[in-house]
Amino acid sequence: MSEKELIKIEQCTKTYGKKVALCNFSCSLKGGRIVGLLGPNGSGKTTLIKILNGLLKDYQGTVLIDGQKPNTHTKSIISYLPDETYLEDWMKARDALSMFHDLYKDFDLEKCLTLMKRMDLHPDMRIKSMSKGMKEKFQLALVMSRKAKIYILDEPIGGVDPAARELILEIILNNYSEDSLVLISTHLISDIEKIFEEVIFIKDGELVISGNAEELRHERGQSIDEIFREVFKC
Amino acid sequence: MINFDSNIPIYIQVMDYIKKEIVSGKLKSGDQVDTVREMAIFFGVNPNTIQRALQELEREGLLKSERTSGRFISATSETIQELKLHQGHEKTTRYVIEMKSLGFTKEETVNLVKESKGDNE
Repeated sequence: MSEKELIKIEQCTKTYGKKVALCNFSCSLKGGRIVGLLGPNGSGKTTLIKILNGLLKDYQGTVLIDGQKPNTHTKSIISYLPDETYLEDWMKARDALSMFHDLYKDFDLEKCLTLMKRMDLHPDMRIKSMSKGMKEKFQLALVMSRKAKIYILDEPIGGVDPAARELILEIILNNYSEDSLVLISTHLISDIEKIFEEVIFIKDGELVISGNAEELRHERGQSIDEIFREVFKC
Repeated sequence: MINFDSNIPIYIQVMDYIKKEIVSGKLKSGDQVDTVREMAIFFGVNPNTIQRALQELEREGLLKSERTSGRFISATSETIQELKLHQGHEKTTRYVIEMKSLGFTKEETVNLVKESKGDNE
């Protein structure tokens, strides 16, 4: 498995007016891993993800993706599942499929159709008629059908029921390529912690804990979920 | 998916699961085990966790990997017997401690075990 450093962040700070969203945040992420970015709502997860995807530019510090600052090349190697849908109500699933086909050279249409079948989704379905969970599953199918170096999934299990969560985890495990990096942000930890190799805890824009998930369990005799509850106790 | 106790490193629980399969005879010497990815999906855990569990099992001599054809159960009947005894000891110790805490003497516990029909009750 590849050990190539795919994301490097050094002392990254991002403010919105007076509010500090990200504060001196540093981390280094290598390929071949599934990494959990864990923090409660408003802790800075989505800000960080938007910076990685080149959607926020006015930050301080260094952000390198595959050795480059966020640009068109880095965008082309990241498959990104945003926390909000970009599927429009007027679309049919088919329209989104052809959009992905046109936009991304690494999009595998056959694979996406197979995944959709497993999710009981059909290309002729209207986005408007899909439930929140169906839209989430469909977007995940689109995103996981790209053969990307980096997958960034912002809250992939937020809106789906527990049974669908298992399917989503299985799809993530089954479809990322072995040397790619999968970064998953979530606040629903117990459902997903077993698939993380590394975890990063973010609190008020700062990194508080990071490390190998199994080592953390071993050192503390606690699950990642329990550590999370302790760190973020109100 | 298996229910894991997430307080304990997951690779250890994966190892225990596979050991149980070996002891119970579901996996026999010479059997090929699933690929890392297949197991990761079966257990719902990170592939590198599976990798680690399999490497540890190799180190304990229960598995061996062939460069091209995959991983196989390589436990001898003696090792399996040892493993079985070890697991039996562990379970018994836990059971006896629990019975003690309920106030049973060792003899009473033994009698209850003798009377018990297990699943067929």
